[in-house]
Amino acid sequence: MSRVQKSFAWMRQHWVILIGIILAIGVMTFPIPQITDPQTRTITLDARQFEFAPHRIHINKGDRVIIQFTASDVVHGFYLDGYGIQERVEPGITKQIEFVAEHTGKFRYRCSVSCGSLHPFMIGELVVGPNEPFWRAIAFVIVSVITLIAYQFFSKGTSYEHATLGTSPA
Amino acid sequence: MIRSQRINVLQHVPFLRGILKSRLFQPVLTISTLFFFTLAIVTGLFGTPVGNRNFGIVFVWIVWWGLLIILLVPFLGRLWCAACPIPVPGEWLQRRGIINRRKGRLSTLRWKFPKRLRNMWLQNFGFLGIAIFSAIILTRPEVSAWLLLGFSLIGIVLSILYENRVFCRYVCPVGGFIGLYSLMAPIEVRVQDPAVCATHTPKDCIIGNEYAYGCPWMVFPGTLERNTYCGMCMECIKACPKNNVVINLRPVGSDLMVAKERRLDEAYKAFIMLACALLYSVVLLGPWGWLKQWANMDTLPHWLAYAGVFLLANLLLLPGLFTLTTLLSRRLGGIQLPLRQLVTDYAYTLVPLGLTAWIAFSFSLVFTNGSYAVAVLSDPFGWGWNLFGTTESAWTPFGSSLMPFLQTGILTAGMLFAVNTAYKIAGQYTPDPRRALRGMLPIAGFITSITFVFLWLYLG
Ligand code: SF4
Ligand code: SF4
Repeated sequence: MSRVQKSFAWMRQHWVILIGIILAIGVMTFPIPQITDPQTRTITLDARQFEFAPHRIHINKGDRVIIQFTASDVVHGFYLDGYGIQERVEPGITKQIEFVAEHTGKFRYRCSVSCGSLHPFMIGELVVGPNEPFWRAIAFVIVSVITLIAYQFFSKGTSYEHATLGTSPA
Repeated sequence: MIRSQRINVLQHVPFLRGILKSRLFQPVLTISTLFFFTLAIVTGLFGTPVGNRNFGIVFVWIVWWGLLIILLVPFLGRLWCAACPIPVPGEWLQRRGIINRRKGRLSTLRWKFPKRLRNMWLQNFGFLGIAIFSAIILTRPEVSAWLLLGFSLIGIVLSILYENRVFCRYVCPVGGFIGLYSLMAPIEVRVQDPAVCATHTPKDCIIGNEYAYGCPWMVFPGTLERNTYCGMCMECIKACPKNNVVINLRPVGSDLMVAKERRLDEAYKAFIMLACALLYSVVLLGPWGWLKQWANMDTLPHWLAYAGVFLLANLLLLPGLFTLTTLLSRRLGGIQLPLRQLVTDYAYTLVPLGLTAWIAFSFSLVFTNGSYAVAVLSDPFGWGWNLFGTTESAWTPFGSSLMPFLQTGILTAGMLFAVNTAYKIAGQYTPDPRRALRGMLPIAGFITSITFVFLWLYLG
């Protein structure tokens, strides 16, 4: 059998997987339109052991964000994953952090100044909508699992026969 | 037992047999880890109370944990157990030696370990007992040090009372989940030909000989079919006069299909590990400060409520939901099997899911906090030393833009493996592939829903 014939034979056998791969590529690359106009958002963010208030912020891609950053007990820091923005604040002082939300997804902001025992877990969440990475991941998981089940359905038990290898029945 | 789809590593890399046969193999590993273990205890007890500045916290809960769950367990199974420093002082005491095989039996009081405890339940409850204090243990160097010291002391006491590694086999809370997740590893210690063992009556691998001790894990390599209780110490490779013990490469997760050894205590380990991965992701990686405070015992009532919910989720909620799903699966697939056995069998689908969930959790933990290790290397006690000139290196999280891809990828891989395992397990009980598929669907739904929850926690 030539290489081309072999490839066709493989495709005939595994066409479900091929469709699954095409769909998976589709859901990972399908352009998601921006539905809201960019705005300027001013947010007051207070840090205290071991949480941020608010602990979750929703904005949209393209928004200009102004964070008034304060600390209410000890010295705290602010580090935004994915944006690399870092700031430090002492109690009684307000620091202003400004940036434009260019990337979509969930980005954790973390305390970047050692502030006590739970410091490494002092985390808040900035969600820049539309949360493409999350929805693409969900779609990817759905496509993957449906592809696997369809493959199991159409392969009429080949996986099952394989499974019985190495099995010592109960 | 499956013997196809195996590659005998010792045949392809012959010098490896020489290394594994050497009595230096395990001591070299354990003495190295014992050095870091002792340092972790000493820095924990006498160093700074600031966790992220203390070697005892950073190297145990970030570096060691990351290596263990992201690399060692998935790729090398229980090999960590061959290097683990915790049972080493006890084992040396028993053997009255470190490297050479001393003549005679092990020096212990030769008590018999209770039959009722020869399972994973102690490890299950031990793990939960530690897990409810995890916010404290992971962040307080002194507490962490006492815990490690406590493990080692229990190991010594058990080594005095009982022969062999009773601590590792039945007690160590870490050993329990390493054993369960080592079912996934693409590597195994097995005999090449069980027929040789059947006729070889001296059974050097069990009783030992002048070159090696009998299996410290109380396992007979001749009938070994799963990785769970083999500590990969390589004593049987040294002991076997027939050179019948080998190391194989094999398809990932092969042991999941060994039906006859599935047990409820192991099934519960799978529930507990999955539930803990979920709860840790909520408590430690989530944005809910009050929850962290409760876990951190800000007040006793808060912590009691937290611990209660934590235990309930582990022991009742997740197993309960899974049992309901299994009930549905039994109806749809027409599988004639007692519910308890089917729940036990299907619980092994949570092994790949749980392992990949822990890897996804650890990606976040390790990539974000790994850079603390650089500073701590130069100043392990947090006393202001600068041994290698790196004390001032700044905390720098890395890989955060890659994280969604890594976490989605690993969780999807675990989910697919779990769903496929569910199909195969259903297939073990019904000859009709269509019925197996129908029966597996509710379990696939359960697994997919759990994956969604993880995705929501990490990305949503
Ligand atoms: S010593 Fe070797 S051949 Fe004999 S029973 Fe043990 S593994 Fe088998
Ligand atoms: S089976 Fe062999 S490698 Fe495994 S624990 Fe026993 S002696 Fe060690």
